[in-house]
Amino acid sequence: MSTPQATPNPPGSAGARGGESALSAARQSSMPAVKAAAQAATQWRGQPGALLPILHDVQDQLGCIPADAVPTIAEALNLSRAEVHGVVSFYPHFRTEPAGRHVLEVCRAESCQAMGAERLADHARQTLGCDFHHTTSDGAVTLEPVYCLGLCAQSPAVMLDGKPHARVTPDKLDRILDRAMQHAQEAKA
Amino acid sequence: MNASPPRPTVTSVDATTAADNVIAASSTGVPTDADIVTIYLPRDAAALAMDADAVALAIEQEAHRRNLTIQLVRNGSRGMLWLEPLAEIITPSGRIAYGPVQVDDVASLFEADWLHGGAHPLNLGLTAEIPYLKNQQRLTFSRVGITDPLSTDDYLAHEGLQGLRRALTMTPEQIVDEVTASGLRGRGGAAFPTGIKWKTVLTTPAPQKYIVCNADEGDSGTFSDRLIMEGDPFVLIEGMTIAGLAVGATYGYIYVRSEYPQAIDTLNAAIARARRAGWLGDDIQGSGKRFDLEVRKGAGAYICGEETSLLESLEGKRGVVRAKPPLPAISGLFGQPTVINNLISLATVPVILARGAAYYRDYGMGRSQGTLPFQLAGNLKHGGLVEVAFGITLRELLYDYGGGSASGRPLRAVQVGGPLGGYLPESQWDVPLDYEAYVKISAMVGHGGIVAFDDTVDMSRMARYAMEFCAIESCGKCTPCRIGAVRGQETLDKIRAGGPQHEQHVHLLRDLCDTMLGGSLCALGGMTPYPVLSALNHFPEDFGIAAPATSGHPTASHQA
Repeated sequence: MSTPQATPNPPGSAGARGGESALSAARQSSMPAVKAAAQAATQWRGQPGALLPILHDVQDQLGCIPADAVPTIAEALNLSRAEVHGVVSFYPHFRTEPAGRHVLEVCRAESCQAMGAERLADHARQTLGCDFHHTTSDGAVTLEPVYCLGLCAQSPAVMLDGKPHARVTPDKLDRILDRAMQHAQEAKA
Repeated sequence: MNASPPRPTVTSVDATTAADNVIAASSTGVPTDADIVTIYLPRDAAALAMDADAVALAIEQEAHRRNLTIQLVRNGSRGMLWLEPLAEIITPSGRIAYGPVQVDDVASLFEADWLHGGAHPLNLGLTAEIPYLKNQQRLTFSRVGITDPLSTDDYLAHEGLQGLRRALTMTPEQIVDEVTASGLRGRGGAAFPTGIKWKTVLTTPAPQKYIVCNADEGDSGTFSDRLIMEGDPFVLIEGMTIAGLAVGATYGYIYVRSEYPQAIDTLNAAIARARRAGWLGDDIQGSGKRFDLEVRKGAGAYICGEETSLLESLEGKRGVVRAKPPLPAISGLFGQPTVINNLISLATVPVILARGAAYYRDYGMGRSQGTLPFQLAGNLKHGGLVEVAFGITLRELLYDYGGGSASGRPLRAVQVGGPLGGYLPESQWDVPLDYEAYVKISAMVGHGGIVAFDDTVDMSRMARYAMEFCAIESCGKCTPCRIGAVRGQETLDKIRAGGPQHEQHVHLLRDLCDTMLGGSLCALGGMTPYPVLSALNHFPEDFGIAAPATSGHPTASHQA
């Protein structure tokens, strides 16, 4: 049971590298990363320029693109692993490690700076006790910079778990974070 | 990350007719149409960011509590963003605006009989009479905020598809000529004539051609693309379809940044409806012509707003800039001739086709014809979208529309055209906004983003940020940008720290800017010097330079 999953495509057993039967075997993998990658690749690989949609798909499923997903994607698209890794590492949106339970993106672009975004960023760092690109020690919140959310007339702006918030003062940020934590706790209970 | 907005919103994404949106809150008998009051409340991210979904829920609950039947339509934003969430009530005399509405206001609004336009501190009168809106010339944005963005009926009832229908009666050459004659120039920043670009694609034979919409709106201070995607997505679909007919392309991609999840959802829903209505597909409007398109999501790289880098990204690669030539019009996406236009350019095509080139060309001045949706942002009291003809001045936009600073302090510097645009001091605020006039003062109109700063701004810090941003976002292909931005940041740190070698460091910075201006492959490295040099030249005191700037122009030449 474990051998075929450890090496997704052993010759003879699962068909040609990246072929239909290899992908089909990978979709049955017990490794979530391989499975998610194979599912995404199956759905998208007939489309031109499929790599970004596949990477988005994997990240939407798993919260990140684990290194284990890369070989399966590379084989399905007939690319080298280096090429896939190169694309993953190029785009700030893609992450190779899972984020915290919440992702807080604070805009640091000019328009928000004109309305006190740096003060807000300092407050976020202080409150959360972590810097940008890091996660709080309890794994609750990952703090990310973002360069414009398109809410420039209502600066400063942040996005929490994909939901936009405008005219954010340090106090308002605290309330938004508290509410998100509360919801998470209620959901757990 | 495509988090759907929390339930409930009254208008579901799948609702196809207005009737679906009616909440049957009345428990006593069947309400007649006359009893049903329509309330508009935007679904735009600008409204959602101010709790519009919670307000929608509160309105629904309050109506239910009072046994009132309402129809709540989630429209696009009117663009008066300091008033969001802006609710509108349909009354016999027109649409009456209330805003900004928060959850706590809802009960008192009903108490004041807002369903019949009752008086209330938030009552702003007839929406169409608010000067901010009334004084605009909305051509591209004519429907945004007025219609339900996902209603095909609304779209048709407000001049939708008239451009496409006319285009279907024309030859490709005629469509291209019409766009050329309108004077429309690329709204992304480079201002290249759209018709000429289309002509190149039309005359380049190929088995497959593409229309690509650049909706990677990464410039700080800009949000017009987003307002269209969320407020009138069909106009973009129509514009791209016309472009397809004009150049012989049968497929299109809309490349949207991942920071805009709401826009992506709205576009996808609109595309599905357009297909169902026969506006896209193998037989558009029964003409036998074929066109279809899809949304592709970016992944947080600013550089992908550069056209060749965007094409690389669409092909599934790192968003690294391509050297030109070949032009994308000759060898673009997957090596095929490709029209790649900014979203606003494409969304402006339908009105040009519907009303004719002359109608559009009559707006504007000189070689900047038509209108531009300016976006007022940063430290302004009344931020929002102002679509007016070229030729307006920055001062008019900042004070007549923007209402001055939000902080109440004097305005000091204004960045026009995004992170690569120059900082303009007050002495330049009376220059008409026109592509050529701005080039003369080494500034750029760009995508029409205007970010205002009050007198607390430290311009040496903003100059440093420009270099920092370039360093973060550089694709790394060319040295002037990749290394130059890092060195620029270091040099600005030294300048900001002062010290005995201050003058030499300023000299070095100018020299570096000269290299970046002349030697970079694309606008990121090539234009980052604009904000840096304009800050240095117009606000020397912030860099510890006592002497006033000898020239009003940010040039790379050394100043003695």
